[in-house]
Amino acid sequence: MAQLSLDSIKKSYDATEVLKGVSLDIADGEFVSLVGQSGCGKSTLLRIIAGLEAPDAGEVAIDGVPVNDLPPKARNIAMVFQDYALYPHMSVADNLAMPLIMARLPLAARLPIVRHLTPKHRSERPGIRGAVEKVAHQLRIEHLLDRRPAQLSGGQRQRVALGRALVRDPKLFLMDEPLSNLDAKLRVQVRKEIAELHATSGLTFIYVTHDQTEAMTMSDRVALMQGGTFLQVGSPNALYTDPQKLDVAKFIGSPEINVLPGERRGGHVALMGRALNLAIDGEGPVQLGLRPEAIAVADAPGLIFPAELDRAQLIELPFQKRLLEDLGPEILLHGHFAEHPETDVRIRAQKSGKLRMDGPTASRDELTALIDPDMILAFDAAGERLAAHTLALQPAGAA
Amino acid sequence: MARTAAERRQTRLAYGLIAPATFLILLIYVGPILVVFGMSLTDYTLVSDYYEFVGLENYSRMLEEEPFRNALWNTFVYAGFLAPLAFGLGLIIAIAIQERKQFRSILEVLFFLPVTATLTAMALVWAALMDSRQGVLNGTLDLMGLPVLNWLGSPDLVLISLAIISLWALMGFNMVLFLAGLTAIPKSLYDAAAIDGADGAIDKFLRVTWPMLGPTAMFVAVTTSITAFKIFDTVAVLTQGGPNRASEVYLYLAYLEGFEYFNMGYSAALSLIFLLIVFAFALIQALFIDRKVHY
Repeated sequence: MAQLSLDSIKKSYDATEVLKGVSLDIADGEFVSLVGQSGCGKSTLLRIIAGLEAPDAGEVAIDGVPVNDLPPKARNIAMVFQDYALYPHMSVADNLAMPLIMARLPLAARLPIVRHLTPKHRSERPGIRGAVEKVAHQLRIEHLLDRRPAQLSGGQRQRVALGRALVRDPKLFLMDEPLSNLDAKLRVQVRKEIAELHATSGLTFIYVTHDQTEAMTMSDRVALMQGGTFLQVGSPNALYTDPQKLDVAKFIGSPEINVLPGERRGGHVALMGRALNLAIDGEGPVQLGLRPEAIAVADAPGLIFPAELDRAQLIELPFQKRLLEDLGPEILLHGHFAEHPETDVRIRAQKSGKLRMDGPTASRDELTALIDPDMILAFDAAGERLAAHTLALQPAGAA
Repeated sequence: MARTAAERRQTRLAYGLIAPATFLILLIYVGPILVVFGMSLTDYTLVSDYYEFVGLENYSRMLEEEPFRNALWNTFVYAGFLAPLAFGLGLIIAIAIQERKQFRSILEVLFFLPVTATLTAMALVWAALMDSRQGVLNGTLDLMGLPVLNWLGSPDLVLISLAIISLWALMGFNMVLFLAGLTAIPKSLYDAAAIDGADGAIDKFLRVTWPMLGPTAMFVAVTTSITAFKIFDTVAVLTQGGPNRASEVYLYLAYLEGFEYFNMGYSAALSLIFLLIVFAFALIQALFIDRKVHY
């Protein structure tokens, strides 16, 4: 169990600045995900925390103790790698025992042949064996102990990698895209297992992924990285419903948020020439973000009307549908607003269970979309979030 | 169930397709071996058309004659010196170069250069270097106040000297093979080892590098041993088996018997035994160690 603090970490490779001075405090027992596209610096940051890379500037401290100069083994951390990095020439039991062998036996007791002459080689063996069996039991891999990694399935290898990390009783648990080599079904299962492991062990977890779903489902907090800095750090819900930057809003949420051009005139916002009952200080263009589920479809039998939308506040916009994707419990409509064909718009709607694909909702191409100004996330031209508040509804026809 | 016409046509086509390769293998590999075996059962000489079937006499002659034992012993001494060094130095250079960022490619080329040179020609350069009176090697030893050595002229030293020349020629090749093996080791294994505590040079080598190099090491060991047993060209150019037959190695003996003394039958028997020795090495690789080093 450990608290971790990162203070102004910088790292460059040749001329490329990978980390531009990032700071983050992670509480004891917290599950924090570092999320971002490839090349954003998330893996480099994890490797710096692990001690596999040294930062150019800044400080890494575990429980208040600076560890910059400590090698990985002295930091008491565990790490699970993307490709698991199991030793292919060792049995599962030996893989699990490796961290303990290295920690408990002196060099002479680890050398081939010579080791048989050392007393430690014998005396430590039962303890190591016991610890390995305990972890194997915990992860339900006892029956695999004698196998080699090549004889295991992807999910089993993943468990062995987790076991090797757990066996040494680490303070910090680091994971570098551990699910990316698993198929979709297994990924959901292992995701759940990792979340349970976090809950039962109470350890501090730092999890690197490019997959926002993984980050959102498991984390206490998500740190969204881009270009070597944190865009926003917060709870999954905060990142989704209250993004501080347009890039955050775009990265979090699938399908991606719809962004429409708006205009500020005297503090009032207009979308496609229609005045919205939305007030933002200042003048000039704004970017209006609307989550796909924040747009409803009018007169659509078979779809559930989102309860949080206030029918009286809604603005009607003609929508031209181009494609319907059936996702099972919900549908995804691709198209554009008739008055603004340049921007693709995605609408996500829950099925009520009675949607007929040959019915009017699914077969019509011209629909009426309803948007609630209250659900709009407004950003300035540079992508910074703007404070907005809804106004009392204006009298009908005043637009 | 009777086979259909289509199936029979398929079978004919399959045999037809492998026929050219089979024919070439028989012609180039199997045929000559059978001819050599046939020849080894006769007293055929290069100088006479007349020959007789002598059974296994050529083979029993090997067991009796001193030159055969001498050649075999010389070859083992030479190989016993060369093979471990060519293996070990190749590995050490590969690991040392692998970890370098600067000059890596220059060093690779430098060490590999001898492989591209014609050994027969370079042997003459080595002969000049090793000359007991005007050679650079002895000049250097003399400068450092050490006793000079009769590199190619002393019966005790000649095999070592020949091994040094071969080492120079072979080391770079092994280095390239080991470099290829080292490059194939996933970097994350070293990361995992560092986190598990194996971050020292010895631990990294014993826990990751050496086990992961298993298949490469096996291949290098077998090819190096076979190459060492095949020593012929430097002996033919530099020492002609001398001094006093101290460098008369196996293949040089086979050459002497066949082309100097014209005992083709005996030479064929020697060649066949040599083939068996090389085959034994290949068999060791295929049967025993292959299973232990592949995961």
